[in-house]
Amino acid sequence: MAVMHSAPKLASNEGVLDALSGALGTMLLSAKEEHGELIFTVQRSSIEDALRLLRDDHAYQQMMEIAGVDFPDRAERFEVVYMLLSLTKNHRIMVKVCTDEATPVPTITALWPNAGWLEREVFDMYGVLFAGNTDLRRILTDYGFEGHPFRKDFPLTGYTELRYSEEEKRVVYEPVELAQDLRQFDFMSPWEGADYVLPGDEKAAEVPPAPSAPPADAAKKSPAKKAAPKKAAPKKAAPKKAAPKKTGTRKTKPKADTP
Amino acid sequence: MSMQLEQSPTTGDDVITNYTINFGPQHPAAHGVLRMVMELDGEIIERIDPHVGLLHRGTEKLIEHKTYLQALPYFDRLDYCSPLAMEHSYVLAIEKLLNIAVPERAQYLRVLFAELTRICNHMLNIGAHVMDVGAMTPNLWVFELREDCLNFFERAAGARMHMAWFRPGGVHQDVPLKLLTDIGDWVDTRLPELFGDAMSLVVDNRIFKQRNVDIALVSKEDAIAWGFSGPMIRAAGLPWDLRKSQPYDVYDRMDFEIPVGTNSDCYDRFMVRVEEVYQSARIIKQCLAEMPEGPVASDDRKVVPPKRGEMKQSMEALIHHFKLYTEGFHVPAGEVYVATESPKGEFGVYLVADGSNKPYRCKIRPTAFSHLQAMDFMSVGHMLPDVTAIIGAIDVVFGECDR
Repeated sequence: MAVMHSAPKLASNEGVLDALSGALGTMLLSAKEEHGELIFTVQRSSIEDALRLLRDDHAYQQMMEIAGVDFPDRAERFEVVYMLLSLTKNHRIMVKVCTDEATPVPTITALWPNAGWLEREVFDMYGVLFAGNTDLRRILTDYGFEGHPFRKDFPLTGYTELRYSEEEKRVVYEPVELAQDLRQFDFMSPWEGADYVLPGDEKAAEVPPAPSAPPADAAKKSPAKKAAPKKAAPKKAAPKKAAPKKTGTRKTKPKADTP
Repeated sequence: MSMQLEQSPTTGDDVITNYTINFGPQHPAAHGVLRMVMELDGEIIERIDPHVGLLHRGTEKLIEHKTYLQALPYFDRLDYCSPLAMEHSYVLAIEKLLNIAVPERAQYLRVLFAELTRICNHMLNIGAHVMDVGAMTPNLWVFELREDCLNFFERAAGARMHMAWFRPGGVHQDVPLKLLTDIGDWVDTRLPELFGDAMSLVVDNRIFKQRNVDIALVSKEDAIAWGFSGPMIRAAGLPWDLRKSQPYDVYDRMDFEIPVGTNSDCYDRFMVRVEEVYQSARIIKQCLAEMPEGPVASDDRKVVPPKRGEMKQSMEALIHHFKLYTEGFHVPAGEVYVATESPKGEFGVYLVADGSNKPYRCKIRPTAFSHLQAMDFMSVGHMLPDVTAIIGAIDVVFGECDR
């Protein structure tokens, strides 16, 4: 695909994927090139060796960033992504490992000292443990905070809020109380995204076989009448089709009284 | 106990032990809400433990709940001293996933205003740095220049600080010709005069040098290992600038120099920034001279909304306008890491898209994280008052550090 965008132009990726895949050998689980980015997924236990190899033998001198990503549907739900930069080759790669809540990832603080805070951040936000990091304290959240806020199952509103109490002359923590529920607007087309029940549509969901019968009838009748049930049919069928794709990523509203 | 008293170097009755002080979180020299727990031996620093996160607002989580366009203004609020530089990484990341072409005029406008942002940011940092080490006047003078920059932003985008002017596919609105000529005049006359005057008070000043030269020396190896970027790595003597090595937009057509330091101390970091201001002025002049006429945003109507005037005339434009401002555009699934040279260093955005209209994950790489983490090893052995010079030379802003 021809490059149209004007994002940073790095040294060519040509041949790098094969060369580094060969060098990583058995440590490598998968490697791919997408959108001009090279992504190597390596075994969790060998992440330190893999990164040491890339730093010492392949001149990726700087580790700029560690990012956590949460995919709740996967068995190993967390990805930890290391962004490496080569100053001499003017090239960037990403190295990934997967883990779950309980399994620690080996630390790389021995390779790059700035990994310390970055690992602390991933731990704070996702609860990913880093074995060997001697200073795995929370970093961005409040002192005494509980939970890992960037997990997909952590609500956007959080659980506690704080305010200054005039009576007690100090800041007090209280459970979140919203005057109105947090609204998540879903602007997707009704036949693509929305898998919630619209107000007034509750009854429609209760009788699933109903819409399948009218089209057969309508086909015999005038073409003008035929249009109406046809329109209704995809509306009913589509949410089910779209549902498996969207669940997990899209927040659904609590359904009022659907069976 | 009596033995210790005899060994004590003081003449009094007290035994000197290390003591711990709390620097911040509300301290005028902390450049925001930085809390540092310092262990001191007299006035010598033995250990520093910076506590960050007091300004954590969960920006990355909020972005996951917004469409791509709605998430853009959050970037202005990260590093509120250089908002357009923050937007730049984000729009480039989206454009990389969409693989969408940006018209030339928009690229020139982005580079022009990114450099104006750099000047704006350096004015604040240079002023704050000299004030932290005791000089009052230059700060007031360079703030005049910062005010000029903010006025330019207001004339281009309608807002002085939170512009939200860079958009995926281009910029939001074209600028009037008078604004460009005014920027040209300002770069030719007022900037070099006022900035030159202000710097003439500082750069050879004996007190300023005593406070900054040989403070917080960092070797090249350490600068690389600690993930330094921007003026911090250039002061260490490495001519590493993403605008030059990994050019984005039209930076590859720009002719400018990369200033580097020789001694890698706070004074070098300061001087690198001073020279960068002049280099930014050079880039601005080239942009003004070369900028072509034409559209300022891509004409891909699935990404860039049509103008309001067009919307009132055309049914197609109305539909696009409505869809883009409600549902937003969909970005193909994939992940990219795009880093640009913000005034403070490498500012990166790691964007994971799942094919929907909202980012699945948007990790922001703040420049301050690496630099502030090195605070401990840079400060050990220095005096307590040097800390203000070191923080000033790091150029840390907590909106960006804590996100």
